[in-house]
Amino acid sequence: MKYALLIYSDEGFGTWDTLSEAEQNALRGEYMAISALPETVGAQQLQPGTTATTVRVANGGALTTDGPFAETKEVLGGFYLVDVPDLDAALEIAARIPAARMGGSVEVRPVVER
Amino acid sequence: MLANLIGFLGDFDLAEEAAQEAFAIAAERWPRDGMPDNPGAWLTTTARNRAIDRIRRERTLAEKTRLLEIEEAVEDDVDEQPFPDERLELIFTCCHPALAIDAQVALTLRTLGGLETDEIARAFLLPEPTMAQRLVRAKKKIKAAGIPFRVPPPHLLPDRLTAVLAVVYLIFNEGYSGRGDLSGEAIRLGRALAELMPDEPEVHGLNALMVLHEARRAARFEDGELVLLADQDRSLYDPGAIAFGRAELDRALALQGRGPYVLQAAIASLHADDPVDWAEIAALYGELARVTESPVVELNRAVAIAELEGPEEALVLVDALDLDGYRYLHAARADLLRRLERRDEAAAAYARAIELTPDGAERRFLERRLRELEPR
Repeated sequence: MKYALLIYSDEGFGTWDTLSEAEQNALRGEYMAISALPETVGAQQLQPGTTATTVRVANGGALTTDGPFAETKEVLGGFYLVDVPDLDAALEIAARIPAARMGGSVEVRPVVER
Repeated sequence: MLANLIGFLGDFDLAEEAAQEAFAIAAERWPRDGMPDNPGAWLTTTARNRAIDRIRRERTLAEKTRLLEIEEAVEDDVDEQPFPDERLELIFTCCHPALAIDAQVALTLRTLGGLETDEIARAFLLPEPTMAQRLVRAKKKIKAAGIPFRVPPPHLLPDRLTAVLAVVYLIFNEGYSGRGDLSGEAIRLGRALAELMPDEPEVHGLNALMVLHEARRAARFEDGELVLLADQDRSLYDPGAIAFGRAELDRALALQGRGPYVLQAAIASLHADDPVDWAEIAALYGELARVTESPVVELNRAVAIAELEGPEEALVLVDALDLDGYRYLHAARADLLRRLERRDEAAAAYARAIELTPDGAERRFLERRLRELEPR
């Protein structure tokens, strides 16, 4: 079964910047290790929420606004796509994502498979 | 049998329907042809075959199912072929953390307890359609999200077992406050768990705890009004239940159990004695507080300390706790203040406890205490 692991974190105060270079490298290594898993079939880090543009179409016209679709504290920062036997396996990978232990959340949702 | 079918088919509804069909066929055939040698196996095989037939009829080319790889068994051929008891797998599936706790409780009662949807709805004071929907959504989630049907592997088992025990205890507590039926259900579930996992001390601990509580049920109320532990008529305690509870506790202790349920059971066992060994109870609460880091446990310990060292000592402990929204904190404080004859403060504490307590025997008790404080 394929699952999307959607990574949400608070971009506000930039905990990232308070970390030493060594700590930042260690975290990058962890993210890359998950990307490199045989179960991982897709992965992307997204640029910050401030770079987002949201599109809605109504009355035949496209409405374009600056920013992510919802002004929430936690913003989608990236995702993994994993192919695993069951939910427990997906949850275990999700628990390894650094954002999950640094105040963020990872949503695990099964993909529609045809 | 149902657990086995659910495991085989991976689908709760399909398993239920197949089971019903098998029973219908049996009701028709057995009077005519005679009982098979192994009725259980016959039913299970029949149910499986009916389900396989149905899936084959309904499947599309794109649908993959592992069932088609399994050979269809011949109904009459089955003698002693043992079907695995998959109730354990079922309990862990029903109590998977991906399901909301309400759903875990409802699903456990429905599939393991065998309760009908309307019975469960009544037990939780909800309309039947609401409970039916809760069950439907839970089953859908299990399927859609790929919750595995299995006993969790060793590295996940401790947390998952804790979750299962929590669900069983929740069911027990819903029954304990009045609706007796559910507590019996929880005890049954606990016994099944003990059969399936005989080497888990906390399972025996929970069983001991529930049975020891249940043993004192008849003494807890008189004419619908609350009777305090100290005033309870011990002749109303069920000696068989106490004996069984203590046997389960011994079993847990023999397995080196020292977890939260074992400790609570040990405390419950001591409460059934006369006189009560408050020193030992206080020590056990101390151990429980270290294990759980729970202020509620600390509150209970303070109550035991009151019996040992007096209300003044206990009040110091209680005032250090951060449990302002917890009605038993205020009830306990009120009682301690009452014993210290600080009437105004006691009255205020009783009032606060009453605010937090819904209608019923407990609230009436607190109101009586408050009235008793009024100057004559």
